[in-house]
Amino acid sequence: MKRAGFTNVWLPIALLLPQLSIIAIFFYWPAGWALQSSFYLQDPFGFGSTFVGFENYTDLTRNREYLRIAGFTVVFCGLVTFFSLALALLLAVKADKVIRGAKTYRTLLMWVYAIAPPVAGFMGIMFFDQRNGPITEFFQVLGWDFKLGVNYFDTATAMIMVSVWKQIPVNFIFFLSGLQSIPRAVREAAMIDNRSAAGRFWGVTFPLLAPTAFFLLIINITYALFDTFGIIDTLMKGEPGNNPMTLVYKVYLDGFRGNDLGGSSAQSVILMILVLALTVFQFRLIERRIHYT
Amino acid sequence: MAQVSLSNIRKVYPNGFEAVQPSDIQINDGEFVVLVGPSGCGKSTLLRMIAGLEDISDGELRIGDRVVNDVDPADRDIAMVFQNYALYPHMTVEKNMGYGIKNRGASKEEIARKVAEAAGMLNLTEYLTRRPSQLSGGQRQRVAMGRAIVRDPALFLFDEPLSNLDAKLRNQMRIEIKALQRRLGTTAVYVTHDQVEAMTMADRIIVLNGGRIEQIGTPSQIYHNPASTFVASFMGAPPMNLLEGRFDNGTVMINGGTALMPSPLQRSGPITVGIRPEDVLLEPTGPLPFQVDIVEELGAHRLLHGRLEDQNFTVHVDKETHVSPGALRIALKQDALRLFDVKTGQSL
Ligand SMILES: Nc1ncnc2c1ncn2[C@@H]1O[C@H](COP(=O)(O)OP(=O)(O)OP(=O)(O)O)[C@@H](O)[C@H]1O
Ligand SMILES: [Mg+2]
Repeated sequence: MKRAGFTNVWLPIALLLPQLSIIAIFFYWPAGWALQSSFYLQDPFGFGSTFVGFENYTDLTRNREYLRIAGFTVVFCGLVTFFSLALALLLAVKADKVIRGAKTYRTLLMWVYAIAPPVAGFMGIMFFDQRNGPITEFFQVLGWDFKLGVNYFDTATAMIMVSVWKQIPVNFIFFLSGLQSIPRAVREAAMIDNRSAAGRFWGVTFPLLAPTAFFLLIINITYALFDTFGIIDTLMKGEPGNNPMTLVYKVYLDGFRGNDLGGSSAQSVILMILVLALTVFQFRLIERRIHYT
Repeated sequence: MAQVSLSNIRKVYPNGFEAVQPSDIQINDGEFVVLVGPSGCGKSTLLRMIAGLEDISDGELRIGDRVVNDVDPADRDIAMVFQNYALYPHMTVEKNMGYGIKNRGASKEEIARKVAEAAGMLNLTEYLTRRPSQLSGGQRQRVAMGRAIVRDPALFLFDEPLSNLDAKLRNQMRIEIKALQRRLGTTAVYVTHDQVEAMTMADRIIVLNGGRIEQIGTPSQIYHNPASTFVASFMGAPPMNLLEGRFDNGTVMINGGTALMPSPLQRSGPITVGIRPEDVLLEPTGPLPFQVDIVEELGAHRLLHGRLEDQNFTVHVDKETHVSPGALRIALKQDALRLFDVKTGQSL
């Protein structure tokens, strides 16, 4: 490839400036501010703050509720990621085989993608409604007295189901295009080499989808960690009470409802480190190993 | 090892297009059969029906003495080499070659032994641990061959396996594939649109045109006695000269008025006359006038392109014969004429 170069040093900088300033103003500045305030104890009424060092962090490690929420977040992320990837893969494999009406089928599946998380949450509330939600009724037929917003386990179930449902279309699109980029002849060669369709899937198709799958894995973990906020907030109807929540929701709760800015900042710094680790993991370990060409 | 028989095999694609008209082909045990024809004539379709990758619309396909119309590709005891090699990008060369027999329940030792053997035959031993992306085109091609050999199938199927290689490598691989097939004695069906490949590799050639079999025969039969003007002009480089002519008073004439020879057939009317470029002699006293326009220098020989009675005509001469553009006289070698029906193009 031919590389074009700038002879003037200032031109590229000038061209990058708008982008850089947006990143600086909306990302580095708040991040720096959060880092700073995580070392202070804020007065609840906004009159000054005291430097407390790592106390906000050490407090968290001793806070049983925080640990419980961290535990729930891990389970929540694991389940949402697993089910949204697995179901999307299943749908993509099926859609890939559809010949007639394939376009309609794909479009229908992708529509969900356009729904905003809080709207997805509202739809979840309708589906899981105590009196006439179809899913609640279905669970009742199965003998499960489902109580959204009351029972911890039931609410968690609803949160996971709605979050999975919301994320399937994105994964579906990526998996489908991943499947379709596998050369036809490679699949045909596999058909001659292996009579079992399941064997072909796990032996050839799935490994070839691995780059897509790993990329999606990171995307989905990030989604489950952060972007499910709207769904969680809507489903618990703004009444945290005894309801399950993720770490991000806890940041919001402590910071804006509890006015504990220092603790909340410490929590968000922890989340930032988590994301950083995830990104490093993605670039260092996965991107290098999984690509075949 | 097996004979293959296609009876009335036909392919109609779901959109209604008839890609292969009902065709009969008998392939003997150990034979190397080449399917040749222009792009879009249905070669791949026919091959893919034999492989089981495409449904057979009508007719009966037998491999060995089994009817395999409804048999899974994996159970037809075939191995196929694809144009783009279709190697598994995530597997090493060794895994690529062993995948087929592994799925057929071969033991680890057996897989290792067969892969090593095939790799030895194909000079791939030092590449066994590489991925396909780390190989050259020629090496990938060999791995694809190796994958087929390791399977030890009853039938090899090749779909233009050399068309992505450069000319030199292509010539070399052509010989290697042929030699390998000889040595293994495995029946092979080989698709190509390259008539040189067809001529050099085939025990028998099947010429396809527009989904129809034009001719089946040995390379020599196809070359010397083409069944139609299509075969005559498709096989051979340069192709056979085809001249417009007619039967007249028991003589074959070409339009323009030159008599070529006494007619072997009791007929009259228009006719197409075929003459291979190398069946012509330059003779100062020859009966035919030939106007040379261009001399094409090919090293080992020369091609003289020009006109015979105002019809395009090409003559092949050896490198010792020096000719410059202008008028010449030529004579035909004994038995040089091939006669074809003007309307159907069929040999008379
Ligand atoms: N799935 C399909 N549906 C409809 N028509 C098809 C389909 N596949 C191939 N054809 C048509 O069938 C004809 C034969 O195709 P085929 O691939 O067998 O040609 P080919 O002889 O292998 O050509 P090439 O040398 O270019 O590979 C072509 O006219 C092609 O357009
Ligand atoms: Mg083809």
